[in-house]
Amino acid sequence: MSAVHHIPPSEAILACQGLSKHFGSIRAFTDVAFQARRGEVTAVIGDNGAGKSTLIRCLVGVHVPDGGEIFFDGQPRPFANPDEARKAGIETVHQNLALIDELTVAQNLFLNREIVRRIGPFALLDRKAMKQQARAMLSRLSINMPSVSQRVRRLSGGQRQAISICRAAGSGAKVVVMDEPTAALGVQETANVEALIRRLREQAVSVILVSHNFDQVRRLSDQIWVMRAGRMVATVRSSETTGNELVALVTGAA
Amino acid sequence: MSTPEQNAPVHTAGAAEESRPSLSALLLDPSFWADWASVVGLVGLVIVFGIAQPVFLSIANLQALLLAAAILVVLSIGQTFVVATAGIDLSLAAAVMLGAIILGLVDAAGYGIFLACALAVAATSAVGFLNGVLITAGKIPDFVVTLGTLSGVTGLGLILSGGEPIMVGSTFLLRLASGSLGPFGYPVWVAIAAVIVAHIALYHTRFGVHLLATGGQVESAGALGIRTNRVKIAAYTISGFCAGIAALLLVARIGSAEPQINTSLLLNSVAAVVLGGVSLFGGRASILGPAIGALMLTALVNGLTLLSVSAFYQPLAVGAIVVLAALIMRYQK
Repeated sequence: MSAVHHIPPSEAILACQGLSKHFGSIRAFTDVAFQARRGEVTAVIGDNGAGKSTLIRCLVGVHVPDGGEIFFDGQPRPFANPDEARKAGIETVHQNLALIDELTVAQNLFLNREIVRRIGPFALLDRKAMKQQARAMLSRLSINMPSVSQRVRRLSGGQRQAISICRAAGSGAKVVVMDEPTAALGVQETANVEALIRRLREQAVSVILVSHNFDQVRRLSDQIWVMRAGRMVATVRSSETTGNELVALVTGAA
Repeated sequence: MSTPEQNAPVHTAGAAEESRPSLSALLLDPSFWADWASVVGLVGLVIVFGIAQPVFLSIANLQALLLAAAILVVLSIGQTFVVATAGIDLSLAAAVMLGAIILGLVDAAGYGIFLACALAVAATSAVGFLNGVLITAGKIPDFVVTLGTLSGVTGLGLILSGGEPIMVGSTFLLRLASGSLGPFGYPVWVAIAAVIVAHIALYHTRFGVHLLATGGQVESAGALGIRTNRVKIAAYTISGFCAGIAALLLVARIGSAEPQINTSLLLNSVAAVVLGGVSLFGGRASILGPAIGALMLTALVNGLTLLSVSAFYQPLAVGAIVVLAALIMRYQK
């Protein structure tokens, strides 16, 4: 199995080549090539410490890689910080969700992207517009929320995850990156989040998914990339692989 | 908390409307009492003092009460912005003293009262800005930084004034202190204006949302691109600015700049914030709550004075009420 599976650049929305990152003497990953196709769900799997999360963090500008190139939409685009990546159209659903408990659902959905009305030199929040659009964003992804004026503190884990994903997808993002989106969820909530990811895909949003759950990855993704001990060791089409093969690739038994 | 949107009926995406809780359910809910502690306390005090000493409810006394509360209301607003970021400003009363002394010195030097007022407010705002920079850039806990500036600013005030009070005989300040418009004196209008401006800033601007987000979960706010350090520096600068306004009102009220800190102003500003239902852990704030808390503390002192209770008992009463309020706050949602 070849480690690098070449896709024509026009098909790749986010890609990297020869990417390396180390923290002091600890190598997170070395010489990694990765490509996420436009409109697909691309999964990155691997054991704990394989370098998945660090790779993703480099792609979205949280860490600056030590070497190699990152391509976004066919162009070399190293992101200096997450804000730049966000402006380019890459949204991240953080592992801790980055929600503010004391703010409402609508306030969280529009955090740092608030809609304002200009009154002379002053810019006042247009709460009505934000609430309306928040409802529209939620219903587009069929997320059931009793009220957008509810504080996030009172929501369940699944609802919180849904809001975080909705925020990421709702801003016209081209790529939504999710790090272990169902790690802390129950069975029903996991199913809801998976349905949400499928709906994103239907709306032609490219998704990059980091996961431990091989069954979930096979259910949701189109392409799977496998990392082991800081290297990208394989990539397979989800439809052409089995759970056993993935286990073998991740553990190195193949 | 008293966000207006919370009680408004909300139509949701294909879901049932949120039902409004009935009045009896509301009254049995301890978190209702926690949210409205300052209002309930104020009403309770007015009833008790009104019965015990009818003079308390006379127009003249109520006007005097509001006039006396104006300074504390302004300071409590400043403290609220800082506490909303999960910080605390212990240098508030010291900044008031420094502002007063700069006002007195510039006025005494003959530069005119308006420049004196402007420089006083600029100086206290600078103290707030310095607090914010030391806390964010220096990564020093707010408690330590503002304790340090409390001492530093006090010393600066003593050095500048030589420890002597400075008389300020300005007609402008005299008119500010004694004049009135409609039912209220000018200082009361200043406090009302401060409440309105602060309320709009907190609830109707991006800055307000970012302030609460920074106080709520600083890492999450940062992950979404909110510049949390700037927000914190702005909060401390607002606190310093409020200290400057309070300094003007104070000098106008007593007619001189005194080189001593009124520690009860600092403690009462924190107490008013707590009574007002603002979370000391940040992320949750209102302006009306602390303003009413400040009124309540002033009413307490005023009422006890009218009942001829020794002034020595006043700090005891304030302390008891604040601790009681903090206990009630535990039931907040």
